[in-house]
Amino acid sequence: MKKIEIVTRPEKFKELKDRLYEIGIGGMTVTEAAGTGKQKGKQGLFRGTTFEIEVLPKLKIELVVDDVQVDEIVSIILETCDTGSIGDGKIFIMPVEEAIRIRTGETGRKAIL
Amino acid sequence: MVKKSISIVVFLLLIMTVVPVHAAAPTAETLETSINLVWVMFAATLVFFMHAGFTLVESGFTRAKNALHIIMKNFLTISIASILFFVVGFGLMFGKSLGSLIGSDGFFLNGRSDIDFFVFQAVFAATCATIISGAVAERIKISSYIWITVAMTAFIYPVVGHWIWADGWLAGMGFSDFAGSTVVHLTGASAALGVVLILGPRIGKYAGNKVNVIPGHNIPLGALGVFILWLGWFGFNGGSTLAADPELVPSVIAVTLLSSASAFISTALYTKIRFGKVDPSISLNGVLGGLVGITAGAAEISLGGSILVGIVSGILLVEGVRFLDAKLKVDDPVGAITVHGICGIWGTIAVGLFSTSTGLFYGGGISQLGIQAIGVIAVVIWSVGLVTLFTAVINKISPIRVSHEEEIAGLDFAEHGSHAYEWNESLLQGKTKELHDEKPYIGLAERLNKNPY
Repeated sequence: MKKIEIVTRPEKFKELKDRLYEIGIGGMTVTEAAGTGKQKGKQGLFRGTTFEIEVLPKLKIELVVDDVQVDEIVSIILETCDTGSIGDGKIFIMPVEEAIRIRTGETGRKAIL
Repeated sequence: MVKKSISIVVFLLLIMTVVPVHAAAPTAETLETSINLVWVMFAATLVFFMHAGFTLVESGFTRAKNALHIIMKNFLTISIASILFFVVGFGLMFGKSLGSLIGSDGFFLNGRSDIDFFVFQAVFAATCATIISGAVAERIKISSYIWITVAMTAFIYPVVGHWIWADGWLAGMGFSDFAGSTVVHLTGASAALGVVLILGPRIGKYAGNKVNVIPGHNIPLGALGVFILWLGWFGFNGGSTLAADPELVPSVIAVTLLSSASAFISTALYTKIRFGKVDPSISLNGVLGGLVGITAGAAEISLGGSILVGIVSGILLVEGVRFLDAKLKVDDPVGAITVHGICGIWGTIAVGLFSTSTGLFYGGGISQLGIQAIGVIAVVIWSVGLVTLFTAVINKISPIRVSHEEEIAGLDFAEHGSHAYEWNESLLQGKTKELHDEKPYIGLAERLNKNPY
């Protein structure tokens, strides 16, 4: 099992979610996040004074999936979340030691399907 | 000595100024004038306050990232309308008629003494123009919106007003629109439709045949807005009597109350039947639909009749919103075109049915109904046609819609540089390091207060 963590533009989420549903990924955790990377912040204006916003709103999407699904999911993310401009975000992939469904106590692959 | 004599002179001058100049005792006539003025001026301020309602409804029913933009549009509308209506609109609407089509004098209120009437009409002009604001929300450039508001308040609305409320050709035919179901609401909604046809739907609203929901960000704010509009409407209809008439004013306000109340109930019940659940935000629209529906006939529809008008308004509203959204794919974020347009048409037609003096249901035959229909068709053609043409022209000069990126980022930041709500203040504290490194700048106030820094 692998955990895939995606940090990306909020407006790309709907399209990404729909594509993931199509290949049978129904479970995910989504968090409103803020971040900064190569895309430095932006300049705002309030009552005549400019100010810097250094971190921008992003969404963090976490998926725990079977090892064989990882490549397909990554290619979907690259297709949907790529706008070509800086600020598209990152994908992090990490191993998962165990997964347990709280309701039934099932473990491993059964717990994430 | 000199000082003393000066103070005596000043004292005498002061005494002279307080001697009443208008010593004549008030007559029944002057009192009547005053009482009428008090009522119409109070009603005008109620109508003015409706703009607070529009602002809250529109910003509550749309997304948080566009709230400042909507606030700015509404403040601009009442401001531009007030000035332009003084400069040119009032003259075109109520000036000497040229061929029953347009007024031709009284610009800058030249030669007019009825300033009370001007104030009352100016806030009406703004109400008509601001209807567009809701329909075009979340995607129009503020500069384009300003041009459309200028066209509406300086020309398109005053011409319709002249036709129906002055010596115009529709008034001559006997077209009846007491407080403006057609003049104000249908004109505004037709204009909104014209702009939206060129503007197009918001990004993500329609995907092929699928209609996506873009939920409003603060329905309680919208609900307060509806209550404020509801309150303001008692001035909108009640003040259209233009006098504190002891019989007409109470009955106008009563039918306004009954129609809107029954429209809310019928909308709520109808959504329960149609969708399985009572839909709060469209029920709020239902109140406005019932208000628009009774506006034309408020002076000639009975109390019982007003309840029927309201019930029909409520059902028409739900079907209208569904039809525009799901069938025609006209993206109207707050339902303005249905509330003011479809219910505006219904209200105008309802006069031909429910008028106790000329209505079909009261033995008046179908002639009034026919006249009402002619008025509706004329106003729709005029407003939709002219506004579509005007919008197409300014769209050629410079696109009226913000860029794709700006629309996604939100118009508040793109057009105004900040947000209505900061979602996390701690994340906004930029450049803290530099502040510590720099010597703090001491402002004038600190220096004057001998700040130790």
